[in-house]
Amino acid sequence: MRAAAFQTAGGLSFRRRAVNVFMLGLTGVFTVLAVSILFFVLGYLFVQGGFSLNWNFFTKLPVPVGETGGGMANALVGSAKVLLLATCIGVPIGFLAGIHLAEYSGAGYASVIRFVTDLLNGVPSIVIGIFAYALIVTRIGFSTLAGGVALGVMMIPIALRSTEEFLKSVPVSLREGAMALGATKSRTILTVVVPAAIRGLISGMMLNLARVAGETAPLLFTALGNQFWSQGWRQPTATLPAMIYEYAKSPYEDWHRQAWAAGFMLLALVLLVNVTARSIIAGGLSHKTR
Amino acid sequence: MNPVTPKMSPNVVSEAPNAAELEKTAPSGASAKLRSTKLNFYYSSFQALHEISLDVHANKVTAFIGPSGCGKSTFLRTMNRMNETIKGTRVEGEILLDNENILEMEVSHLRRRVGMVFQRPNPFPKSIFDNVAYGPRINGMASRSEMAERVEKSLRRAALWDEVKDKLHKSAFDLSGGQQQRLCIARALAVEPEVLLLDEPCSALDPIATAKIEELLFQIKDACTVVIVTHNMQQAARVADYTGFFLLGKLIEFDSTEVIFKTPKVKATEDYITGRFG
Repeated sequence: MRAAAFQTAGGLSFRRRAVNVFMLGLTGVFTVLAVSILFFVLGYLFVQGGFSLNWNFFTKLPVPVGETGGGMANALVGSAKVLLLATCIGVPIGFLAGIHLAEYSGAGYASVIRFVTDLLNGVPSIVIGIFAYALIVTRIGFSTLAGGVALGVMMIPIALRSTEEFLKSVPVSLREGAMALGATKSRTILTVVVPAAIRGLISGMMLNLARVAGETAPLLFTALGNQFWSQGWRQPTATLPAMIYEYAKSPYEDWHRQAWAAGFMLLALVLLVNVTARSIIAGGLSHKTR
Repeated sequence: MNPVTPKMSPNVVSEAPNAAELEKTAPSGASAKLRSTKLNFYYSSFQALHEISLDVHANKVTAFIGPSGCGKSTFLRTMNRMNETIKGTRVEGEILLDNENILEMEVSHLRRRVGMVFQRPNPFPKSIFDNVAYGPRINGMASRSEMAERVEKSLRRAALWDEVKDKLHKSAFDLSGGQQQRLCIARALAVEPEVLLLDEPCSALDPIATAKIEELLFQIKDACTVVIVTHNMQQAARVADYTGFFLLGKLIEFDSTEVIFKTPKVKATEDYITGRFG
């Protein structure tokens, strides 16, 4: 009886081992596929865009159809201005609301705020674009301001939640230490909690900025686009993502190369910000455990 | 080694004495820095402290002992209202600091006067100097020029100066656990508190670091009143002038350390210090 039982178990065990190996292989193959997509995109952009990139790209304005050469200096500056404005809107709002959520709000009310924030985060970017269009474009026209507001609104939910997470990761013992010395709650937050979380806060904001830097849809009908330099904040402006869209769908070979170059630039910037932000966090962790 | 000599007292009381009896057992003559009267404390619906009445005497070391969960830390944290940071807590009764009800005082003012050192060292992620200077800075207690002097004085009183004087601007995390705890004591002393509360300050430390902290408690009690919660009865016997024994949220017995350890009046106290439970 026992021997027979073992035999059966042995037979089952072979089938189970085979299924196990098969599943391991299958999931492994798909993991390689998932990871290799990034390298494929990187490699393709590097080959196509890296070779199209030259000094003119950074210094010259776009040229009319038919002429060769030119660059995207106006789009680089335009993107920088839009992102600066977005940061000035999204970061303070998200940061202060995040402090409120992490430090002051009661459990029930906090979960409502969190839910609403997650809803805002889930709003499609093109809908945020319509919002900025209705709010600003209908009043002052297509402009850097409208683009900045659209991206700024998109930054708020992530800024808020990352502030909340990083502040909550500061140990209660530090807050108690400050309060035991006679610090008020707001003083404790400003002088102990925020400084203790500062690496996380900064890197969170950088990742947030990198995330909206590639947003295209909300810029198409807010910042619009511009073949020339944009003065101030109330004129339409070129931006890198919108320029890629514009140039890639054109029928001209020269413009295609420009679009590749712009795509490569955008990706390089986003990757750089990502790596920097992650190394800031990692540095902070090793500092803590030391 | 246990310094305790167990002695069966003839009139053992098997139950916790009532408040009237406690007043009899409380030592008289010395001046009360802190006076707790019929203090009840609740975590939501759970009552953690029952009718605690005792006097903490000025410039003495008072220790609270008792098994885990007996309410000794809760009582300590009531003295600087640190428990208020926990939601759903409630206090009844009164605690007087120099005859002033602490429950009616401005809380940051109270905590400036009644400092606290916690179970685990909790230095701020700042330099050694900035840790000690934090309290004086936020309370506006020293000008820039006076600060260095105040920091040095506090570190000397916490017996840490000689070890850190050459690296004041290094991170506080570079110190050992025992040094960090003394840094936290220095940080608390820098605001010149009238009372210093210590919540099991040595439970995370090795015996040598523990001995250093016990030694410095003798030094600082000339300038402030010390209240220490400890799991370690030998520690209470070594450092305290007065000892209170807590059990299940009640103050069972409070007297001079000598009486508590040599001739306790209550059976439960004797059972605990002789190691029969807890």
